[in-house]
Amino acid sequence: MSRARGRSATAPPWPVALPAALAVAFLALPLVGLLVRAPWGRLWEVLTSPTSLSALRLSLVTGASSTLIALVLGVPLAWWMARSSMRGRSFLRALVTVPLVLPPVVGGIALLLAFGRRGVVGQYLWEGFGIQLPFSTPGVVVAQVFVAMPFLIITVEGALRGLDGRLEEAASTLGAGRLQVFREVTLPLIAPSLIAGTVLTFARALGEFGATITFAGNLEGVTQTLPLAVYSGLEGDPAEAVVLSLLLLAVSVLILVALRDRWLRTGAAS
Amino acid sequence: MTGLHGRAVVERGAFVLDLEIGVDPGEVVAVLGPNGAGKSTLLRAACGLTPLTGGRLELDGRVIDDPAADVLVPATDRRVGVVFQDYRLFPHMSVVDNVAFGPRSAGVGNGEARRLAAEWISRLGLDGLGDRRPGTLSGGQAQRVALGRALAADPALLLLDEPLAALDAETRLDVRSGLREHLRSFAGPTLLVTHDPLDAVVLADRVVVLEGGRVTQQGDPWEVARRPATRYVARLLGLTLLAGRVRDGEVALDGGGVLHVPSDEVSDGAVLVAVRPSAVSLHAERPEGSARNVWSGVVDGVEPIGDRVRVAVRGAPTVTADVTPGAVADLGLAQGREVWLSVKATELEVYPA
Repeated sequence: MSRARGRSATAPPWPVALPAALAVAFLALPLVGLLVRAPWGRLWEVLTSPTSLSALRLSLVTGASSTLIALVLGVPLAWWMARSSMRGRSFLRALVTVPLVLPPVVGGIALLLAFGRRGVVGQYLWEGFGIQLPFSTPGVVVAQVFVAMPFLIITVEGALRGLDGRLEEAASTLGAGRLQVFREVTLPLIAPSLIAGTVLTFARALGEFGATITFAGNLEGVTQTLPLAVYSGLEGDPAEAVVLSLLLLAVSVLILVALRDRWLRTGAAS
Repeated sequence: MTGLHGRAVVERGAFVLDLEIGVDPGEVVAVLGPNGAGKSTLLRAACGLTPLTGGRLELDGRVIDDPAADVLVPATDRRVGVVFQDYRLFPHMSVVDNVAFGPRSAGVGNGEARRLAAEWISRLGLDGLGDRRPGTLSGGQAQRVALGRALAADPALLLLDEPLAALDAETRLDVRSGLREHLRSFAGPTLLVTHDPLDAVVLADRVVVLEGGRVTQQGDPWEVARRPATRYVARLLGLTLLAGRVRDGEVALDGGGVLHVPSDEVSDGAVLVAVRPSAVSLHAERPEGSARNVWSGVVDGVEPIGDRVRVAVRGAPTVTADVTPGAVADLGLAQGREVWLSVKATELEVYPA
């Protein structure tokens, strides 16, 4: 009786605990394995090796660049999708969602066919300007923007649609033009979502592997970002792979902590 | 012509707002009406947030909305200050920045805009609150900030949407008299909508009663309060409104019963009679007094209002009477009790329907 008293009517029955515990173990054990088998003694040495440092630098530069590009292009698109009354919005929304569900390697192939030296657009870039995106650092950025920008667009668009227009109306009666209203009223009001979308986009760009290796290749110092360095490490020095994996894990945890209020508080409507 | 003038028509499904409006500079016009009468639609049309579907509005001689000529000046370019019912202060800006928003939008430099804002803040008695966020203000303070923000933009027309509705009864009294002063000192035309007749009487020079999208009465606020044309206004004011026809110095009421009225005030025809609850006396026995109108009825409801008790009495005619709590006890007033009513003819307000 006393045990029943402490339980709410909607609590799951105890047999559910077994598969639930298995699920936890399944998710946690790989991380534990990574921590247990990490070559802690060689940590500093591996982290400061030229290969690691150049991969880290490249990851930060390309990740930051693609996040910036995603912001500059993605926020206007999100604004358009959320507020314009034009037809084809649902089609746009579907289009934006495609890179989220598409296997990244397929994205890489698609980018090659579009921006490769003989690609639909790439041939003109090459012939007209001598620009070659594949196997270059800008190519890494292109691949990252392709897979990561949808996170920003969808987060910001959702926030814009959820915002009721009352404060923006008030701003326009005070004589503010649309751009001023957006800059001074709309953006500050959706700042939490904008930050969350930016961090998510950066995280996705940082972890990008499939599209990058397909479209930009795996050239140390040019296109070998951290995930690619991990992959290469497995073939040469597995300790290096493990150490770099730890680094990426640490970054992920940091991002989760930064976003915990927004994404980890289950059930709470944003 | 300066001020706001024209005819506003907004059709939305089955609802149609259609009224002639004219507000001169320095004049305060109150639009009084129940929920759904079209008051907010009128305000939104005047400030450019809802386009007209018909009619035409001019502000200071400039056409701001004319669907027939395809002219629509957007809200941004209208210079119409709006105090919204929910104030709509920008939560991420300080009070100063809220008030400075209008001047800055007009191209005034940051420092000058903040100086202007500080002036308004001081004029509205908000000294020391400039750095606060709107979320930390009381209702009355937020209302004044909203007013200051609208006025600081130097509007050609000031609109107020239920300016006191968001306040509790106690602050409302203070804020209302303060608001009166600030509206008096605004030189442009002011249009305010409210469902509180007291707002109209205290704040406005003229009142327009809007019901179901149409004007049902307009004029001097006291005149409207004394001689309501519709049951809606009469009920707001607590008056009983009776319709009837004058015949030989008496009014034969449409709902049954006859009232003697001051004979010099009426000519033959359809009239309305407004009965103030305080003019009606209740008695246990048929009264032997000077009152010329005496009839009997049955108590239908008893409801305390402040230090008085409002008693609804069904009869010919059915009216409400305000009595003291002592009288309720003395007369044993309760639902179903038979009572006598009396009203002096001179206490009745009679006017053409």
